[in-house]
Amino acid sequence: MIGGMRREALINLAVLAGLVAVPLWALAVDEPFTITLATRVAILALAAVGLNIALGLGGLVSLGHAVFFGIGGYAMGILAHHAQTYTAVAEWPMLIEGTKSMPVIWLVAVVASALAALVIGVLSLRTSGVYFIMITLAFGQMFFYFAISWSAYGGEDGLSIYVRNGFPGLNTLVPIQFFGLCFAILCAVLWLNARLMRSPFGLALNAARQVPVRVETVGLNPVRLKLVAFVISGAITGLAGALFADLNRFVSPTMFSWQFSGEIIILVILGGVGRLFGPVVGAAVFVVLEHWLGGLTEFWLIWLGVILLVIVLFARGGLVGLLAGRSVAHD
Amino acid sequence: MSSILIIEQVLNGLQFGVMLFLMAAGLTLIFGVMGLINLAHGSLYMVGAFAAAAVAAATGSFLLALGAALAVAAAVGAVVEVAVIRRLYATDHLDQVLATFALILIFSEGTRYLFGSFPLYLDIPDALSGPVTLPGGIQYPLYRLALIGVGLAVAVGLWLLIERTRVGIRIRAGENDREMIAALGVDISKLYTLVFALGAALAGLAGALVGAIQSVQVGMGEPVLILAFVVIVIGGIGSIKGAFVGAILVGLTDTLGGIFLPEFFKLFMEPAAGTQVGASLASMAIYILMSVVLVWRPTGLFGARA
Repeated sequence: MIGGMRREALINLAVLAGLVAVPLWALAVDEPFTITLATRVAILALAAVGLNIALGLGGLVSLGHAVFFGIGGYAMGILAHHAQTYTAVAEWPMLIEGTKSMPVIWLVAVVASALAALVIGVLSLRTSGVYFIMITLAFGQMFFYFAISWSAYGGEDGLSIYVRNGFPGLNTLVPIQFFGLCFAILCAVLWLNARLMRSPFGLALNAARQVPVRVETVGLNPVRLKLVAFVISGAITGLAGALFADLNRFVSPTMFSWQFSGEIIILVILGGVGRLFGPVVGAAVFVVLEHWLGGLTEFWLIWLGVILLVIVLFARGGLVGLLAGRSVAHD
Repeated sequence: MSSILIIEQVLNGLQFGVMLFLMAAGLTLIFGVMGLINLAHGSLYMVGAFAAAAVAAATGSFLLALGAALAVAAAVGAVVEVAVIRRLYATDHLDQVLATFALILIFSEGTRYLFGSFPLYLDIPDALSGPVTLPGGIQYPLYRLALIGVGLAVAVGLWLLIERTRVGIRIRAGENDREMIAALGVDISKLYTLVFALGAALAGLAGALVGAIQSVQVGMGEPVLILAFVVIVIGGIGSIKGAFVGAILVGLTDTLGGIFLPEFFKLFMEPAAGTQVGASLASMAIYILMSVVLVWRPTGLFGARA
């Protein structure tokens, strides 16, 4: 229905405007912490946009997306750690030096997490349903325990990076500039995501989720479609991981934890599965809840649990679904 | 590397395995009969452990503590089933994952609210403390041996319940065709509550038994939960036999891997590097085992359906 579409587009615009307005207001009244919170929203939203491509478009319930988030984080951590200690990442077969340059780090994060997603995807897509959920969870645990025992890069304690990495022409240590960078990336990825949803690939993927048999009948391979979606999804979540590590100037094995995989799913569901802006709304609501409820009570997670239960049981389609109506909801 | 050490570690692996079986049996029953992925199963393990620790502190009796763990976990399980879980049977796996993840948050933080963040301790009863000498002169803690005994007894009891009783027939019928057994006049929702409470009681028992050798604290359930998932996925979801084989396999792999892999890599690497590589591989071993099994047999060793 056109009405539903238009309403959703309006909501999307309002969400973007809000995400820009809040940090600008914070800048005006000199509240740098609020800018950091907005940056956190943008980065978590990016991670969830990545997951939403696998989950919403491909119907792949991955309980292991923390793998890619963690790989992105460690890509940043390892490169920046070597740059700040003036050591080489590897001397053989060729000399690889550390770097403090964000574009290089992002490239490494995206490529590494895409490769990991390719391997995990090829193996995991042999299974389906609950087995897929469990095998992705197992891969997550593998990386988690590997990171814990990898003492060269801090093991359980993780790695601290003293100075945030640089981007040509910007001073990333200024909160609003770093926010602008993250926001720009989020917008670019959302735009790509919107194009992807309308592209022949996106339409075929949509069909592969709903009726795999028909997709096969017209000569497309549903597993390959899902694999490509999984790789794109992992690469985006990996990029978010690199940014998240730069926001905190810290990486640790918790970036690989299965609880984090659960959290990104929560972001997607909170906003609305398969909705373009669902993850952004979900991330914003999550960070606000975390901050606001966390300030009210030490036991704010109880209330997060209750809210989540209510959404799953009574508001299927998430917040965007609730506001925009169900007309464009998937399934 | 003496044979005594090997036997000790095999026993430790068995003990770990049978405790995993108590968790995994409930999970796999709940999935097999109701088709539900229950992430909150680890919370019931924690509830059992806390109930046992509280009752043991109040009365000093370990038997009463075990009884309390069983009763409280079963009761909490039944209440949760009626209040929340029942609404999830018809929904997809994603909703189940989320709703039960929400339950974890509620249970963990609720327990922290009631008992605080500090761990509680549950003492091994005097009658079972101290070592026992096994044939061959091996000293082994009596309590751990008792755990193996309890685990095996529960496995046999569960097998008898499922294969030899009327309730067991209904449970198996529920696994095969829930509409048909509802049509035959079995109160299916009562059966579901019963199965869920049974699984919860087993988890609570495991929590109490293991709580006596580890500390009882918030969040103790989640690592075990993940391992129990690994177990049922290896065994094939819905299969009790698979859960048993998977549990023993995971228990042995994890325990023996932690001891022998570092030694193995030391044979042909520098000692420090070998220990490091061996230790990291050991911590990943069961997950590697699980992915190998799944890639080889996508529905697990004894799994029938996808």
